[in-house]
Amino acid sequence: MAELSLLKTRGLSRHFGGLKAVDDVDFDLGQGEIRAIIGPNGAGKSTFVSLLSGRYKASAGTVEFLGQDVSSLPAFRRVRLGIAYTFQITNIYTAMTVLENVSVAAQSRLKPNIFGHRHVTEATIEEEAAKAAATLGLGDMLDVVAGTLAYGHQRLLEVAMGLALEPKLLILDEPTQGLSDSEIENFKDVVRKINETATVLLIEHNMDVVMSLAERITVLDRGQILAEGTPAEISDNRAVQAAYLGEAAE
Amino acid sequence: MTNDRKLLLLCLGVLAILFALQFVLSSYLVLALTRILILSVFAMGYNILMGYTGLLSLGHAMFFAAGLYASGLASYYWGVPLGWAFLIGIAGSAVVSVIIGLLALRTEAVAFMIVTLMFSQAAFLATLHFSKITGGDQGLTLPTEARSFDLFGLVLDMTHDGTRFNIAFTVFAVVLLLTYVATRGPFGRQLVAVRGNPGRTEMLGFNIYIVKLMAFTLSGTIAGTAGALYGLMFGYIGSSFADFQNSIQPLLFTLVGGPGTLLGPLLGTALMTMLIDRLSGLTTAYLIVVGVLLIVMTLWAPKGILGTIRDKWARWLN
Repeated sequence: MAELSLLKTRGLSRHFGGLKAVDDVDFDLGQGEIRAIIGPNGAGKSTFVSLLSGRYKASAGTVEFLGQDVSSLPAFRRVRLGIAYTFQITNIYTAMTVLENVSVAAQSRLKPNIFGHRHVTEATIEEEAAKAAATLGLGDMLDVVAGTLAYGHQRLLEVAMGLALEPKLLILDEPTQGLSDSEIENFKDVVRKINETATVLLIEHNMDVVMSLAERITVLDRGQILAEGTPAEISDNRAVQAAYLGEAAE
Repeated sequence: MTNDRKLLLLCLGVLAILFALQFVLSSYLVLALTRILILSVFAMGYNILMGYTGLLSLGHAMFFAAGLYASGLASYYWGVPLGWAFLIGIAGSAVVSVIIGLLALRTEAVAFMIVTLMFSQAAFLATLHFSKITGGDQGLTLPTEARSFDLFGLVLDMTHDGTRFNIAFTVFAVVLLLTYVATRGPFGRQLVAVRGNPGRTEMLGFNIYIVKLMAFTLSGTIAGTAGALYGLMFGYIGSSFADFQNSIQPLLFTLVGGPGTLLGPLLGTALMTMLIDRLSGLTTAYLIVVGVLLIVMTLWAPKGILGTIRDKWARWLN
């Protein structure tokens, strides 16, 4: 691949007791890609991206981001370097309004240190937050309390918070789960738009979304990389079919 | 008008009324109001941690006592002038808050409650153990010559009711406005984000340990400011201020008034001190009534008086 490396893992592992949720994974992600990670339930997809974002500590192995070893950095430092993570189970501030939710993320980018020299006004923070919300189509719901939003809108809010961080890498953990078909169409456009400025790593079950968005696909099974390639290569891959359909691979 | 502007105007209005009350009320009630203002400062400090940041401490008597003893002992043993003794009290409680915060914030939820309680009890027992210095539960009475001080040529006498009220009012006003500033804007947003969803806040790039530590330190220092003021003003320091009951007091006041509302602590403190005052004249079992009231509040208005009003009618009242 000619493209520059954004993220690299070597021997990355995470064990829960005897269970090897992620087992010795070497993974490379180029800048500007849309990459999908697929795999059967329990393949270790969520654990894997949690290791990238720093939510979990790795049992072994390294994570390198833009040439820097981030393996020992806590999650919040990785976020500041540009790795944003959106949760699989909607994880928003239910008591706050949409604008307040996204403002927390916008503040993190514009004014990460409240005693820092950078002077940023409240108006700027809220403006930036409103912009991110509008990108996800939440522009006319800024004053709605997030806990009262429909589920699909909460998912979009979740992504808006990731977007407001203006990350270099946006990790989306099953973003379309529970969305309606029209919401999914809109969501695909959003991801393409995000991809103009950020690399996107997507865990996704919806194969239609994966096939139309991803440039490359990585298949995880039992904590290991089973296959990697273009959508066409992956859909022709016998081992992948076996893992999904439960046939014995020949 | 923005929501914050409305709240600020309300605060200024409340301050104006409080200031005017000294010309209307009897001297007994002015004294009662002086106590309410100081205890409100204590509760406002507590509210920053419990109300805004969502961390329930059971050990705030320790910080109140840190301010009380740091200022009181400096005045008693070294004859430090009152103004300086007050600052020593604030600094002392700030140091204690940082150290205890660094340790206690390694825990969460119930463990955090127990650890703060444990440190606080250790501090209480220490004030008894070193009774040669602290006077133990007998306490120490500050000498009369230490009860007045000279502020830029103006002599302020702590045995005078009006002087006491106005000093308490000034400190209350400063802390109220400080709390207003601290709970809005970027800092306030961090606190409320940690309260609402700490895991998410960390994944948005905030060091939540540092955010909690800042809230803890500010909270403890304000509690200590109240302690220093109380000791110097009434000329008495004793270990009963470090007792567990004094940790429950700001919790009770904040819960009644409304955790996470700016004026809740004042309202809760005023209502509860007046209620306890009246009840203790009627019956020695007044704590039963307080207990029943707490149960009723928890069942039907868990967000306190102002918290309930905020949720129903006025979202800006936070």
